[in-house]
Amino acid sequence: MGEELLQIENLSKAFGGVQAVLGVSLTLNRGEILGIIGPNGSGKTTLVNLATGFVKPDSGKVTFMGRDITGLQPHKIANLGLTRTFQIMRPYHSLSAFKNLIIPLNSPRVRRTSSGKLGDTDSVAIDILEEIGFERDARVPYKTAGSLPLGYLKRLELARCIVLRPEVIICDEIFSGLSMSEISSVIPLLEKLQIDGITLIMIEHRLRELFRLANRVIVLHFGQMLAEGDPGEVMENQDVKDAYLGTERSK
Amino acid sequence: MTTEARRKERLDRSIKVRTETLYALTSWREMGYLFVPRFVLIAGLLLLPLILGMYWQRVLCTAGIYALLALGFDFLAEYVGLVCLGGAFFIGSGGYISGLLNAHFGFPPLLCIPIATVAGAAVSTLVLLPCLRLRGIYFAIISFMFPLFAVYIIIALNVFGGTEGISALDILPNTWVEQYLILGVILFALFAFRRLVSEDIGLIWRGIKDNDQAVKASGVDITAYKTKAVFIAALIGCFGGAYLSHLYGWLGISLFAMDFSILPIAASVMGGMGTLVGPVLGAFILTPLSELLRGFGQLRVVLYCLILIGFIVYKPEGFMNVLQRKYHQFERWEVV
Repeated sequence: MGEELLQIENLSKAFGGVQAVLGVSLTLNRGEILGIIGPNGSGKTTLVNLATGFVKPDSGKVTFMGRDITGLQPHKIANLGLTRTFQIMRPYHSLSAFKNLIIPLNSPRVRRTSSGKLGDTDSVAIDILEEIGFERDARVPYKTAGSLPLGYLKRLELARCIVLRPEVIICDEIFSGLSMSEISSVIPLLEKLQIDGITLIMIEHRLRELFRLANRVIVLHFGQMLAEGDPGEVMENQDVKDAYLGTERSK
Repeated sequence: MTTEARRKERLDRSIKVRTETLYALTSWREMGYLFVPRFVLIAGLLLLPLILGMYWQRVLCTAGIYALLALGFDFLAEYVGLVCLGGAFFIGSGGYISGLLNAHFGFPPLLCIPIATVAGAAVSTLVLLPCLRLRGIYFAIISFMFPLFAVYIIIALNVFGGTEGISALDILPNTWVEQYLILGVILFALFAFRRLVSEDIGLIWRGIKDNDQAVKASGVDITAYKTKAVFIAALIGCFGGAYLSHLYGWLGISLFAMDFSILPIAASVMGGMGTLVGPVLGAFILTPLSELLRGFGQLRVVLYCLILIGFIVYKPEGFMNVLQRKYHQFERWEVV
């Protein structure tokens, strides 16, 4: 830990009259798992979109590995090693699961790191899927993405990022919609990614599961940073309780 | 009273499943299953010039041009997600470049056509490049605008022959070269496109069609890939245009006629979107049909529309999808 991978300084974005993100600053250190929580509409996903180039910020600056990436195109940011999953998964339904990974396997980043000698992309894709629990014996990697249950789709989404061998993966609500058993199959994957040296940002509503994983948590509320600290501290914070549960009206 | 509900059950023929892998090479039956439909198509197209009379040979050449446009339209719409109504622009830019090279520099047609194919595709791609960010209907409308735009520029500036056009261009050596040139290009393009869409680049295009956000997040530059797709589709369209100007030995603003943008869509709907071969065959049916209906004058358009409406209502998936289904699957009625 220690090295600052990603710095977000004073980032703001308004959609019409709605101030989605207002003056948020944060730093991400190499090797940690940073949780970002907040009530619905607090600007979590917008923050991810701003950091990964899907939405251009009104003001502020994003620095990744010492390089200013503010306003850079999404595919360029992904090629630098800052990747993200999507909250609403849209795999390429008609393709089999492993064919879904052929697309990132053709990105400049993968081609560069494999020095052009990727060989058979199909078998590379199947190997990666097997690593994250697509049972090859049950021919799961060969099934069409549209026919897979949600737990597999979430992992497929993660695999799409892993293929790029990124520095950072931003997981946008990777637990949402999953059953307890599916979540407990995803958690070890995330822990393994951390051991492999990938830094994670997790946007989550499932606080109990998040707090098992996260080293540090940031709370957003109405687009602004409300609190920051380790999970225990944050939950004791009165402002955070008010944001989630509402304030008691004083007489 | 109970009504007996029935539904059609469709199952892949076992031979289809067997021929999906290397296993197909184990017997003549399997190989024939794969080879015969392709052979019928190739032989059928190549034999056409031999059995047709003079007039219909010319129709065949025109149909070939529409077939190339339909193939390009189907490829862009179904495999890349770009509904491109710029067929007339492809024809026009290819035709004008080829014709002008011939008229001003005296290049022979067989040199003009390849140059115009590549140069026309480059021009078309450059023109469409700023619109590639648009999706769906918006891209369709803008691409439909460019041929009209080009016509008004030619008329207003009175360049490239203005409204009169340029006549007395060199024509192709003889009718056999005319016919087999276009048929050869169609067959080559058909198999090349089929191959291309199943390569990695084809998967990336399908990814862009299904979900361009995820492709961006995978570190792939979608604009670069869309540009490649448009260039490839424009290549065959511009070839058609260049060929057309040397087929009639004439170029003019009717090379930008709306027919070139519209008929390929009709051919694709009739033939079956996404099959690639369907739109080609659709063009080979629709073009002669509109010639046959020429005697009806203005009523021709009405009959033409009726045929299309018939297809949309009764066989919206197009005849090629139906034929492929009959070939690959068997059906039975099942009581539920």
